Amino acid sequence: MDKPAASKVINMERIREIVMECGGHKWALIPVIQKIQNEFGYIPPEAIHVIAIGLKIFPSQVQGVISFYAQFYTKPRGRQVITVCRGTACHVRGGESLLEMLENGLGIKEGETTADMEYSLETVACIGVCALAPNVVIGKEVYGKMDTQKIEQLLKKGEA
Amino acid sequence: MQNRSTIFVCQGTGCLSSKSGLVYEELKAEVAKLGLSNVDVDFTGCHGFCEKGGIVVVEPEGIFYTHVKVEDVPEIAGSHLKDGKPVERLFYHDPATGKAVSYYRDINFYKKQRRVILYNCGHINPEKIDHYIAAGGYRALNKVLLEMAPQQVIDEIKKSGLRGRGGAGFPTGRKWEFGRNTYSDKKYVVCNADEGDPGAFMDRSVLEADPHAAIEGLIIAGYAIGANDGYFYIRAEYPLAVKRLYIAIEQARERGLLGKNILGSGFDFEIHMKEGAGAFVCGEETALIASIQSQRGMPRPRPPYPAQSGLFGKPTTINNVKTLASVPRIIDRGADWFAGIGSEKSKGTTVLALSGKILNSGLVEVPMGTSLSTIIFDIGGGIPDGKRLKAVQTGGPSGGCIPARFPDTPVDYETLTLLGSIMGSGGMVVMDETTCMVEVARYFLSFTQAESCGKCVPCRLGTKQMLEILTRITKGKGKENDIATLYEIARTVKECSLCGLGQTCPNPVLSTLSYFRDEYEAHIKKKKCPANQCRPLRRKV
Repeated sequence: MDKPAASKVINMERIREIVMECGGHKWALIPVIQKIQNEFGYIPPEAIHVIAIGLKIFPSQVQGVISFYAQFYTKPRGRQVITVCRGTACHVRGGESLLEMLENGLGIKEGETTADMEYSLETVACIGVCALAPNVVIGKEVYGKMDTQKIEQLLKKGEA
Repeated sequence: MQNRSTIFVCQGTGCLSSKSGLVYEELKAEVAKLGLSNVDVDFTGCHGFCEKGGIVVVEPEGIFYTHVKVEDVPEIAGSHLKDGKPVERLFYHDPATGKAVSYYRDINFYKKQRRVILYNCGHINPEKIDHYIAAGGYRALNKVLLEMAPQQVIDEIKKSGLRGRGGAGFPTGRKWEFGRNTYSDKKYVVCNADEGDPGAFMDRSVLEADPHAAIEGLIIAGYAIGANDGYFYIRAEYPLAVKRLYIAIEQARERGLLGKNILGSGFDFEIHMKEGAGAFVCGEETALIASIQSQRGMPRPRPPYPAQSGLFGKPTTINNVKTLASVPRIIDRGADWFAGIGSEKSKGTTVLALSGKILNSGLVEVPMGTSLSTIIFDIGGGIPDGKRLKAVQTGGPSGGCIPARFPDTPVDYETLTLLGSIMGSGGMVVMDETTCMVEVARYFLSFTQAESCGKCVPCRLGTKQMLEILTRITKGKGKENDIATLYEIARTVKECSLCGLGQTCPNPVLSTLSYFRDEYEAHIKKKKCPANQCRPLRRKV
């Protein structure tokens, strides 16, 4: 991700704008959250009541939707997001051990971000590139036919 | 005049991860450098043979290159495009005979397929509407809007025997008829592109390679039912499919195929895009509706069915991508043609995502009723490394495992259900002797447990309990009565859950229990994993 992952001050004005751009209607909640996340990299918790007021719903409803869907984050993520696919094909071809290697290599667990905000490690249900299983996604790029050696290389190179 | 040829570089997600984007750019540069004015460089969507990526095809000859890397581009351009000598080392090599196969049509993987839904995939540029139209696209829409009454369209679809390709296999014509016969000032049609099943990627491929087919199908559905608004609900995990769909919708709108008074017929239709946010349960129709309405994607009890009260409280008809992509072909070629393909009760073709322990992984489209052995050995090329086939898992986390001892199983809705699995979305993961079936069941349960929305108790608690027991067994801490307990919980969850996710999630457990009970017993009683996969039980080699 190119954006700074953790900008200290959240531009609440911009959040208000996004809410209004999407029509200010309760049925626009998910698009609003998606847009905020695209711009800010995550949903700042302080944005929740602004969204709720803008869409005329309860903050608990906003929070409920954010926590329900796997793709919404309430914490800043690392500059590089490494996602291990845990689809069936990836699983039977050893995806689990790749995740373990990455966890050990980066010193974080799945769902965590390194202290220097460089890497986040995540999993995804399936990215649909099963023919090249097992897959690891770094940023937007899919790395197919991964194995322990390739992971080791990536770890040595510093993931990029 | 020199013969014109076009060199197509696959730009599907699979090939792109094999760096086919660079190949495409390099080819354009190389062709320009050599001044080959009779060669066009273009791209296509997924050919379905992602494992061999990057795939490059030269038309009209049909030369098929596999594993093309940037370094190979000068040779292809110089030797093949300029001097007419195809590059043999990049041909597909038959894994059984080791022989090089130069033509697309001669490759076993494709030879035994019958492509109806994937007809255009890999042959047209998905970002150019003219390619789709040149391939006969929007002809069906024209026919429907100008020559057919909505009821005639429904009758045609009914006659074709088309059934929902999303998994349950409900007859599409009847579904549309329910939609049509519900009176309301406003109705909706929705294309369900929330392909959440791990191990299934056909909807992604169709939308990446032939997005207009789904769009045309959705417009026809809208016309048949009497809806003027359609939605695509698509997984955000498929960024390329989302992008191509946006482009295609925009192009259709520019051509007057969407909007007011389409083709002068007086019919208005608009398409809206909704991107999912990563919840498997949203493939269930009532949960999908909740998600489009920006709520938590939780299913609700039916009735009322969405056909009566769906999106925004209005009658809503929901169809899968492949169902809709079949529609233009049925209208175009006629219901009888479609009904002539497939088995007695399951008409047409099915698209399967063949993956796992198989030589030729990829997308396979075969007539309904094709036997498992044809799919796995003739098309799939068999199991790598000389290993033996143990089981085939169909239908993703809602399906079951079919053991190798039923090689002649015809793949259709009824037979797979009879064997304790389901057709589902068409995922087909092949497992060999080194796959532990208890571990597979545990894997699926860990998925459904995480994806259970938590609304109804049997699913929320049942998946958790089953997962705990399965995890215990794979760790060698299984108890004597675990199998009986598993059966009991599985049956309860199956019978009492609210939606399809819960009702089908015990299938992986039940089917492995009935076909591979010996493996469970070996884990529990002998503390051994016959496949030598479960780490705490591994033999020292």
